[in-house]
Amino acid sequence: MAINQTLRPGLVQLRVLDLDKTLNFYVNVLGLDEVGRTADGRVLLKAYDEFDHHSVVLRLADEAGLDFVAFKVGNAAELERIKADTVAFGYAVEEVPANTDQPGFGKRYGFTISTGHRFEIYSEVALAEKGPQLRNPDIWTTPPRGMRAQRMDHFLLYGPNIAEAERFCREVFGMFVPEVCNLPDGNRLAAWITSSNKPHDLAFVEYPKPGKLHHLGFYLQDWSEVGNAADWIAINHLKLDIGPTRHAITRGLSIYFWEPSGNRIEVYAGGYTAYPDNPQRVWDADQLGRGLFYYSGEVIPSFLEIVT
Amino acid sequence: MKRHKIILADSGESFVCEEEEFILRAMFHAGCGPLHNGCCGGGCGICKMQIVEGAYHVEKKMSRAHISGEEAARGILLLCCVKPRSDLTIRTIEEEKRKVGRYVWQSIKP
Repeated sequence: MAINQTLRPGLVQLRVLDLDKTLNFYVNVLGLDEVGRTADGRVLLKAYDEFDHHSVVLRLADEAGLDFVAFKVGNAAELERIKADTVAFGYAVEEVPANTDQPGFGKRYGFTISTGHRFEIYSEVALAEKGPQLRNPDIWTTPPRGMRAQRMDHFLLYGPNIAEAERFCREVFGMFVPEVCNLPDGNRLAAWITSSNKPHDLAFVEYPKPGKLHHLGFYLQDWSEVGNAADWIAINHLKLDIGPTRHAITRGLSIYFWEPSGNRIEVYAGGYTAYPDNPQRVWDADQLGRGLFYYSGEVIPSFLEIVT
Repeated sequence: MKRHKIILADSGESFVCEEEEFILRAMFHAGCGPLHNGCCGGGCGICKMQIVEGAYHVEKKMSRAHISGEEAARGILLLCCVKPRSDLTIRTIEEEKRKVGRYVWQSIKP
């Protein structure tokens, strides 16, 4: 679905407090497959409908939250172009050699943006051993488990100076911004940003503390699958935040909950088709309740304020 | 199942918590206490309070981003990770009182 050479968010590394319990959630409830483990004990995971080696890494740590997010770009030349433009934008870039801390991944470039998040870019990654079929393909190889997440979809990041982060995504990554929310003084409160026809590949909310994760989103097939996910939340006594509901922003069908280490997860279906030439949708901050939770029209404090 | 009485020093309210129940969950069920909803996994830090009296057991790991070793030693804990071992007295930590609602929530209020 990518419209430019920044293809998609393809890799995230999460910090978890209890590896066994949290891994059990990602594998047996969300439905990801374990691909392997690193020598330092991190666990590599992917969704059943993803082609690349892995997309989610769990690292046992003393704090929950996000280590980094990484974007796959179209080719090696584009990787070097984005690296050069990132340096020109003013961010110091470090190189992570191929096949080091992320098995299967080629060379990555990493840098910290204004919101305090570490972003990485890469162009090469091995295909997974167990990916979608290619020749006269069936819809899956082994039956998807639990919530049946098809792929990692997007993330919402909280941190300071999102105006600069949004500008970086537009100017260096070549992304566009289908939807925003502005404060009465005209400053940005939130921005939904994409490189593809998805309504968002990532989003930002302005927040004083740097480097925070609001949620990591996974894609489900449709609205009935959101209901199936709700059943799995209840059966497993996971802590529900809100939903099932619909967003007016992105039009997505959604449910939010916390995994066992306290990182918020969204499972999501639908959403409008975004095009870079479409006019931008603008929300006033006092209407954000309807934007986020279209049915009730009310925001809940836990949704706005709790991050890891 | 042993049951313990948890007293909220701020208001004098109390609720019952079973020995194998996390204190935060019992507080929700009782409908009292100052705390808002959170992750219930030791990660988000929203249920940070101090146990000033009584015995307890910290069953789940609490994020270092929210509870330092020194705080844990003083009974400052995330109540979603803690079960009672006797009657307890707990109190709100002054700087945590207005944590929920401070930033984004305030900025979108009409």
